[in-house]
Amino acid sequence: MDSHSQVLERLRTGFRSGITLPLEFRRTQLTKLLALVKDNEEQIVKALHQDLAKPKFESILSEVEIVTNDLHHAISNVATWIQPEYVPKNLATKLDDCFVRREPLGVVLIIGPWNYPLQLLILPLVGAIAAGNCAVIKPSEVSSATDCLVAELIPKYLSQDCYAVVRGGAEETKALLQNRFDHIFYTGSQAVARSVVQAASVHLTPVTLELGGKCPCFIYGRINIQAAAHRLVWAKYFNAGQSCVAPDYVLCTKATRDALVPALTTVLEEFYGKEPQKSPDLSRIVSARHFTRLMKLLEKTKGKVVIGGQSDEHDKYIAPTVLVDVEEDDVLMGEEIFGPILPILTVEELEKSIELVNRKEKPLALYVFSDESSVVKTTMENTSSGGFCSNDGIVHMTLPGLPFGGVGASGWGSYHGRWGFETFSHRRACMLRGWALERLNGLRYPPYSDDKLKWLRWTTSANSTCSLM
Amino acid sequence: DWMERQLLQQAKEAFVSGRARPLEFRLQQLHALQRMIMEKETEISTALKQDISRSQYDTPLLELISIENEIKLAIEKLAQWAAPRPVEKNLFTISDEVYIQPEPLGVVLIIGAWNYPWALTLIPLVGAIAAGNAAVVKPSELSKCSSLLLHALLPCYLDKDLYPVVTGGVSETQQLLRLRFDHIFYTGGSTAGKLVMEAAARHLTPVTLELGGKSPCYIDKDCDVRTACRRVTWGKFVNCGQTCIAPDYILCEPCIQGQVVEFIRETLLEFYGADPKCSPDYGRIINQEHFNRIMSLMEGYTPVVGGQSDSSQWYIAPTVLKDVPPHSRLMQEEIFGPLLPIVTVSDMEDAINFINEREKPLALYIFCSDQKAIKRMIEETTSGGVTVNDVMMHYTVSSLPFGGVGQSGMGRYHGKHTFDQLSHQRACLIRSLKMERVNLARYPPQDRRRARRVRMALRSPLIDTSKRTLIWAVVATILGIGLFITLLVILLIAAGLNCTCWYWRGFYN
Repeated sequence: MDSHSQVLERLRTGFRSGITLPLEFRRTQLTKLLALVKDNEEQIVKALHQDLAKPKFESILSEVEIVTNDLHHAISNVATWIQPEYVPKNLATKLDDCFVRREPLGVVLIIGPWNYPLQLLILPLVGAIAAGNCAVIKPSEVSSATDCLVAELIPKYLSQDCYAVVRGGAEETKALLQNRFDHIFYTGSQAVARSVVQAASVHLTPVTLELGGKCPCFIYGRINIQAAAHRLVWAKYFNAGQSCVAPDYVLCTKATRDALVPALTTVLEEFYGKEPQKSPDLSRIVSARHFTRLMKLLEKTKGKVVIGGQSDEHDKYIAPTVLVDVEEDDVLMGEEIFGPILPILTVEELEKSIELVNRKEKPLALYVFSDESSVVKTTMENTSSGGFCSNDGIVHMTLPGLPFGGVGASGWGSYHGRWGFETFSHRRACMLRGWALERLNGLRYPPYSDDKLKWLRWTTSANSTCSLM
Repeated sequence: DWMERQLLQQAKEAFVSGRARPLEFRLQQLHALQRMIMEKETEISTALKQDISRSQYDTPLLELISIENEIKLAIEKLAQWAAPRPVEKNLFTISDEVYIQPEPLGVVLIIGAWNYPWALTLIPLVGAIAAGNAAVVKPSELSKCSSLLLHALLPCYLDKDLYPVVTGGVSETQQLLRLRFDHIFYTGGSTAGKLVMEAAARHLTPVTLELGGKSPCYIDKDCDVRTACRRVTWGKFVNCGQTCIAPDYILCEPCIQGQVVEFIRETLLEFYGADPKCSPDYGRIINQEHFNRIMSLMEGYTPVVGGQSDSSQWYIAPTVLKDVPPHSRLMQEEIFGPLLPIVTVSDMEDAINFINEREKPLALYIFCSDQKAIKRMIEETTSGGVTVNDVMMHYTVSSLPFGGVGQSGMGRYHGKHTFDQLSHQRACLIRSLKMERVNLARYPPQDRRRARRVRMALRSPLIDTSKRTLIWAVVATILGIGLFITLLVILLIAAGLNCTCWYWRGFYN
């Protein structure tokens, strides 16, 4: 097993050799990555099931499909993305070539989390490869089966001179971060993110942080409660609530709550049957530690359980649970839940709900369910969040045209599709001038005069569209 | 500590009140800033003369014109920049609204530098205002007069609560960095840049760092060396070399080194006269500390041009040194002064290796007439920006992103880039609760048929815009039209028993 510095040396040499720059290389590597996912779909599903009891459907949809889509998107578009971008000029530079070149940064580090262990590791990698970088990939040790699988498959498909997988726990990650990278892409928790940025600041390494937060879900105004309940349940209990963009808690009026709870009960039964533990479509909690954390929350909460509440420690199973009468200062409102527990807070006015949300940290996603567009508009305009989705949950991150990222405590930077490519690129401003018009240049040389100044003001104005030219 | 906290609290409250959000307000503030620059040009010039001996012409040239242009551009384009930006959809979202909405971040901290005290604080401020943020402005204490003037002027023109100015030195900056901002925009040196990022880590605040480095300047032996030297001389000695994108050192082949020195000497004579100390257009070093630092870099070397200095005025003559060894102190740190070392390299390849062995610079300058060679040099190196056959000019085009890479910085600004850098690009998907039947495929309990339907609906892109499809579409259209015409002809012939051409052929004999 190579040490970190050996791995980095190898990758740096690989990068310096220029092998990652040509379009063909990037496309080939992306195509190989696509083959990796397609050829090993069964093993991937199996590993995910081992780690999180992830149902096959969820694995295909949220890990295989989303990665495949992004890879197709990158393979078709990378040729366009790497083209120099010509920009508008002012009069003084009208005869010059002004363009922006996208250049790779070098050797980047991608640290993945355990909840979508394949997607959240490979999607950044797609951007890194498309941008022409070399990459060190560090999967999460908590999702150990996927960790193992990734470490085995990546060297088989991708160039070993340019991409390496490094495994290990918290200690190894800390040691890895001591090294110098050209960009660090971290998905995970805020606490660890702080130490990542601190380690990065020593080398002035730029970072992208995909963190989490409590994603609020507003339900106000006129509403088709059945449809809303379907989408809410799907988004909340997907992966047993262990999604960074899962609706964390609901805010609604008392009347809405009274209509919502029975709707939720019906939908939950529709989805998972009368005994959710027996349903093949529900995931489990990833580890004993997280199971205990969630059980403690259920113990300490002052809210009332109206649906679910059952659990099985041996199976790491927690039933899809809904609580009402949860207040703002409840223990469930203190941290990101990241589990199949849905508190409903009763707030009569939309404005007060918005104020409540604005008192908290900016979340990664914000959801509004309403048939009234004014409710949607008001909520959107008076809050801030990484992403916003009305009348649905999670799906906004499946569109490669939309940047996926947080703001404030929920993160820094974005990716998906072209955004991933841009994240891992340096936009280099290039201006190619000629030798002629040295006389025009004379305007800026000393000895200075008032006249020169007047001309200069005119030629450098951004709007100077001279009819002579 | 208390004062900085108060000012931040006030700015935050003002931001939360929502008054910085409407476009009319932002435009009004930008107009006010524009008026400030125009009305107070004389005062600003005077302050700069006192701070750094900036000549009366250098001020508008180097600072005010670019600030004015940035403001004008922001005013003109604000509505466009702030509008929602639609993006492509997939089959699943075909009837939804999908767009990116730029939103303000909150309260931005702008830390300026002393070498261009006005441009480096106000240009970020223009972007901050345009993006709808509040901003705490902290000009550098080393440019004392400018700092005090800004502190006096800004509240007279702009909203007092939203855009406070904090003056002071290192300790005030440290106090500010302990507080929580929504973005920190820092211009300065790499060492301090690391401390800023470390402080920002505590609150997970994103940063933009505009740092420096040694910007190399390669002069090819087969180019117009005289013009090259004129341009380099201008860029190097303007503001007395205290520019983050000044050509730091020259790389050239030994055969033209002598020429380069002579042309520079000629140009210096033309620009500043025989005694630059007496020229009103030549600046001074900012303070004693930097004067000493720069003088010590020269220790042990005999310059071929200049070398004189006057400690009482913090004056250092425009100085050129040749045959400088790569490991000398002069080549270890950013000079940021009027010393121009020439390092010889055997050819362009050697120059490329020299550049790549060192940290990524903020700017790279290439003087060369061979297009292929220029392309090669750009492709085999990296830097914040590049200007070919001139120096610093890429800074003046606001549509080009200005920023560093690696040790020279992170993030970019100017024009729309500042607006984007200081905004949050919020991904928005507006769906309706109708058409729930379409959604059923993604709900459990799951089976193969449902799964297939969902996979198809999520496929993206919706329309394949690759070249192959385009060619296929064109060919298919041509074939289609051809077939259609053939069909028409056949029909006409079939129905054309009474057609005149048949008559003339004597069919109707």
